[in-house]
Amino acid sequence: MNKNDALLAYALRLGDNALILGQRMVELVAAYPELEEELANANFALDYIGQARMFYAYAGELEGKGRDEDDLALLRDENEYRNLLLIEQPNGHFGDSIAKLVLFEAFYLRQLEELVHCADKRIAEIAARAEKEIRYHLRHNTQWLIRLGDGTEESHARAQEAVDNLWRFTGEMFAADEVDNVFENEFDGPDLYRIREQWRETVAAVLEEATLAMPEDAWMASGGKAGRHSEHLGYMIAEMQYLQRAHPGASW
Amino acid sequence: MVAISLSREQVLEWLSEVADPEIPVLTIADLGILRDVKIADEVIVELTPTYSGCPATEVIEQSVVDALFRQGIENVRIERVLSPPWTTDWISREGRDKLRAYGIAPPAEGGSKRELLHGTRTIACPRCESTDTVVVSEFGSTACKASYKCKACLEPFEYFKCI
Repeated sequence: MNKNDALLAYALRLGDNALILGQRMVELVAAYPELEEELANANFALDYIGQARMFYAYAGELEGKGRDEDDLALLRDENEYRNLLLIEQPNGHFGDSIAKLVLFEAFYLRQLEELVHCADKRIAEIAARAEKEIRYHLRHNTQWLIRLGDGTEESHARAQEAVDNLWRFTGEMFAADEVDNVFENEFDGPDLYRIREQWRETVAAVLEEATLAMPEDAWMASGGKAGRHSEHLGYMIAEMQYLQRAHPGASW
Repeated sequence: MVAISLSREQVLEWLSEVADPEIPVLTIADLGILRDVKIADEVIVELTPTYSGCPATEVIEQSVVDALFRQGIENVRIERVLSPPWTTDWISREGRDKLRAYGIAPPAEGGSKRELLHGTRTIACPRCESTDTVVVSEFGSTACKASYKCKACLEPFEYFKCI
């Protein structure tokens, strides 16, 4: 894989992670148990969709086929998305959503911190913007996981179950493939091995404070980075793309 | 074509009147998002987005185009400048005073990583200046604000978060 292909693939992955997670959070708008979290969730979703736009706009320029951010976000098929399996998982209950966000954002924040110093100027600029936002998200979501874990007997049990169920999707974040390796070597990109160490440290500290047990690493699901997704993504994309597919070229 | 007599300073002055759609007491100059103006075959206005997903971004860009159109300038291009990323530290002294007068506590100065990770410092009530305040919600009516309550005067108020 050459340098330019790796850069395009990497920008798309960042965009896909941000869009798919943002869309999952949008599904919860007007469905949260209380107003404060409703606002937090909607604002966080906006951050993700804003980040996706910036990554997609850049990916479209790199590709050079005239596709813009909307084309990339809304007119690709399921197997063309390169997001992690973790973030396409259904929202489940509040504890599931919070556990998913903490597990992903503890990784994404480290990834962005590294990308701020990468050799591609545009990715570095977007990462510098996004890093501040994700730092805020992670703080907020961490507080919730601690409250749930260290809360009632039931909230503890459900938070533990959420972490256990999602654990098998965490390995994919650190499993470097060709895109990761070429991006790391050619653009001074993130070292996933080091990020994994930092991620484990962060997550272990949060789980300990939440009185939750850190699951043992066992079999890990993967495939999202290569376009092989769980059955959940297709349904979500069908809803997300409905308007653009039913009314091609529709505009405000 | 742009008239020869048009100066960068003149354009900046016109644009410094453009208001933020969500906090209309602030102008884009107060916010620090108006980065620069370049005059070539067209007028290039450099703006920096605040938050990635800020819904005001497009509205502000359109307001800039409209403001220049009213001065007879039709050839305008907006450039989004991402680097360095906007921080609340760029809100001017005057902007901070306007926020306070409007009932919004201005962001603590020196928005540091530490604050983002570990929470905010003591925030003074914009009405009675008491520091006996409590956070009600990390999020308010917009992404950039949090909701607080003053325990001294019992009034709720918004805090413009540090970033």
